[in-house]
Amino acid sequence: MVLSIGVIYSLPNLYPAKPAIQIAYTDSGKSADQTLLNQVKDILEDQSTGVESVGLKDNNIIAKFNSFDDQLAGKAALQKILLDEAIVALNLEPTTPQWLRNIGGGPLKLGLDLSGGVHFLLEVDIDSALDNRLESLLNEYRKKFRDDRINVASSVKDNKDLVFSFASDEDYNKSLRVFNEDNLTPLGTPLYDLTTNSVRNLVELTYSQSAIKEIRDYAVGQNLMTLRNRVNELGVSEPIVQRQGSSRIVVQLPGVQDTTAAKKIIGKTANLEFRLEAASTTSRLRKEEFDWQDERMGSAFLEKNIIVSGERVTNASSGFDESGFAQVNITLDMQGGRAMQKATNGNIGRRLGVLFVEQKNKSVLTKDADGNEVIEQTSYIEKEIISLATVQAVLGTAFRITGVGSPQEASELALLLRAGALAAPMKFVEERTVGPSLGKENIELGIRSIIIGLLSVIGFMLFYYRWFGFAANIALFANVVLITGFMSLLGATLTLPGIAGIVLTIGMAVDANVLIFSRIREELKEGKDPQTAIQEGFSRAFVTIVDANVTTLIASIVLYAIGTGPIKGFAITLSIGILTSMFTAILGTRAIVNLMYGNKNIKELRV
Amino acid sequence: MNFNIPFMNYRRFATIASISLLVLSVGSLGFKGLNLGLDFSGGTLIEVSYEEAADLIEIRDLMTSNGFDDFQVVNFGSNSDVLIKVADEDGNSQLGDVIYKFLQDADPSTELKRIEFVGPQIGSELRDQGGLGMLVALGMILLYVAFRFQYKFALGAVAALAHDVVIIFGLFSLFSWDFDLTVLAALLAVIGYSLNDTIVVSDRIRENFRGERGFEPHEIVNRSINQTLSRTLITSLTTLLVLLALFFFGGDMIKGFSQALIIGVLIGTYSSIYVVANMLLGMSLTQDDLAIPEPEGAEFDDMP
Repeated sequence: MVLSIGVIYSLPNLYPAKPAIQIAYTDSGKSADQTLLNQVKDILEDQSTGVESVGLKDNNIIAKFNSFDDQLAGKAALQKILLDEAIVALNLEPTTPQWLRNIGGGPLKLGLDLSGGVHFLLEVDIDSALDNRLESLLNEYRKKFRDDRINVASSVKDNKDLVFSFASDEDYNKSLRVFNEDNLTPLGTPLYDLTTNSVRNLVELTYSQSAIKEIRDYAVGQNLMTLRNRVNELGVSEPIVQRQGSSRIVVQLPGVQDTTAAKKIIGKTANLEFRLEAASTTSRLRKEEFDWQDERMGSAFLEKNIIVSGERVTNASSGFDESGFAQVNITLDMQGGRAMQKATNGNIGRRLGVLFVEQKNKSVLTKDADGNEVIEQTSYIEKEIISLATVQAVLGTAFRITGVGSPQEASELALLLRAGALAAPMKFVEERTVGPSLGKENIELGIRSIIIGLLSVIGFMLFYYRWFGFAANIALFANVVLITGFMSLLGATLTLPGIAGIVLTIGMAVDANVLIFSRIREELKEGKDPQTAIQEGFSRAFVTIVDANVTTLIASIVLYAIGTGPIKGFAITLSIGILTSMFTAILGTRAIVNLMYGNKNIKELRV
Repeated sequence: MNFNIPFMNYRRFATIASISLLVLSVGSLGFKGLNLGLDFSGGTLIEVSYEEAADLIEIRDLMTSNGFDDFQVVNFGSNSDVLIKVADEDGNSQLGDVIYKFLQDADPSTELKRIEFVGPQIGSELRDQGGLGMLVALGMILLYVAFRFQYKFALGAVAALAHDVVIIFGLFSLFSWDFDLTVLAALLAVIGYSLNDTIVVSDRIRENFRGERGFEPHEIVNRSINQTLSRTLITSLTTLLVLLALFFFGGDMIKGFSQALIIGVLIGTYSSIYVVANMLLGMSLTQDDLAIPEPEGAEFDDMP
């Protein structure tokens, strides 16, 4: 019974995947429809590429091809015509028969080391998210105290604290009421940790641990969403974008061939700020000088006040203005629109700048306490002007930027705007890229070593144990089928170390049978008759087998807990292999031995 | 096969061999340290393949002229495949792309096989996690064996495991083999495997200790080892067969892995014979230690 389930669920792996193309509308809110389907069909028919079938699946259109060359030709043809309207991505479509899919069968997922692709680990810079929050909190309180006529002598941000000093006892007491009122959250956990000094009328405010945790969760969540959008823009099939630990995000793009392009989009760990250009009369304290991203343009002064930042952007697209120049159309959310309206009202004719905020790393050689030279890594934030355009009218939720350069530059700017902004900057802490040829090579090598390993063990067992070896071999074979079946069923990912795990299991799985057979031999030597010897051999070896396997299982569970990616794959195949091998080696072999020797009066037994 | 090898007569010799191997390993680890792979050291690794045999000297010159100074260029697998490792401690994730670009400029036929970048922070985290995992695994196994057998067996088993692990560490250090995550995985698998052996031998020692009275402990231990020897050898042999298949046909990415396991299986087989038995005799295991009839046998006996 168990074996037949294993067989059924390992079946899908026998059907090879077909080269395919996945087509979806660029606008993620729009799902593929009959119009797009017909359009795709027409394009592919015109090209007379070897297309096998075109159909709707989920929100995408899937076109299957006969060969990889046809697939590439088809992609080129589709991209030429569909352009920005749709995302065209290369894909591999499983050819699992319908009846297998109905019961949840599907082929094994391949890890990046087998399919080729990119793996990134990004770390969200929570510190700078906190700094941003504190800055805006400081501004909020300054405004509030001004409105409430509370006299503030000074207010500064000092590292992770806000320090307020009040002009009089009365102002101090009033402010305490404001702070305490704000400090109450619906959940009852305090938002701030307040340190007060009534003699000097000082209040020091810092975010509480629970507030920091919330800010972190928000920042990571926001970045996760932004990254998902960016990854969707890339048109990769089955990407993985997941949170890992408290402040890290894993991005896996299987099958991506042009890794540099992928990195370019993912790696744009950027934010945007919209600010007005500073007038010549603006005081030095209220303006900042920024360089243009395009070095030839020099630099310009912008106001310190940020009107809107990137997270308020809901949509952006590139197009052409009346005179045929490239432009970018931007849509903001309600809050962003209101802020933009307020800022541009009365400022028509002034210029609006868009700042591109990017996190970069810089290394400096410094001396440590012992006087040794060490490399110290500091990350800094670079802000550059990507656009500075004259405000023609009061802007609302929708407006456009003209004079953005070539159509290509316009579409790149639109993509960055559209993909949204990150709540906090991120940096790459780990990256693994596997080229497609290496992936294919790894699969071939892996399968070859499984076959060679399996054959040599089968050969040895036959040679050494004869008929009992034959029984063990059938159990071994069943074990390999069960492992693939269960892994497919559980949706586990097969990696190169995972294949190594299967190979290792093949070698170790016979152990249980070897134990049983040697027991049977000993029983025979003690003069027991064959049937009793078989009986005793199986039952006496059982305890040993369980003990030996449980301890290996402990080691592989620990491995699963500490390992990442491919190593987890090894731990999974090893654990599944241990469990299935116990099952096949004890019950499976028993069944076969019973078939061979059961109910027969054997005079002589050779083990 | 029937064996009657007086293993325990060679106890002293085995103890000396084990101790000198351990001293050598610890010494090498102390003086030379491990040649940490990218996963633990952090840095950038790039593998490219050329259509014909690669000119390593030219690639090295190219690297130097592009401003790199702390790097390694070696052939990987075949002479047309090249592996470049850059020890880059400031965590620049762009290096791989930069290097690939100028290699491709120099020779357009260059094909990218993989780029790996591990930030310094991740490297040290993986180191800590790996070490911790190893200790946790050993600790849990100690508990399980103590619970199923008896604390003297548990100490013997863990001593055998520590013995195996330290010697593998030592060999990797001595020969400067790359120690990366897959090797760590192999080490944990070795723990599992070697334990398998240890349990089988211990199980038999326990059975024989309970069953027969009036024998010297070292006689019983010796007989137990001989009784399980054919099984120990056959299992080691089949496991070695598949590992050799993996080593020769599995490709270079898991060579370190299969290498560690092959050594592990050899040492593990030896340690389950000598280290455990030695420890048990050293702690003077007596029949009284195992005298309490354990009920756990009963629950398995009614299995079909």
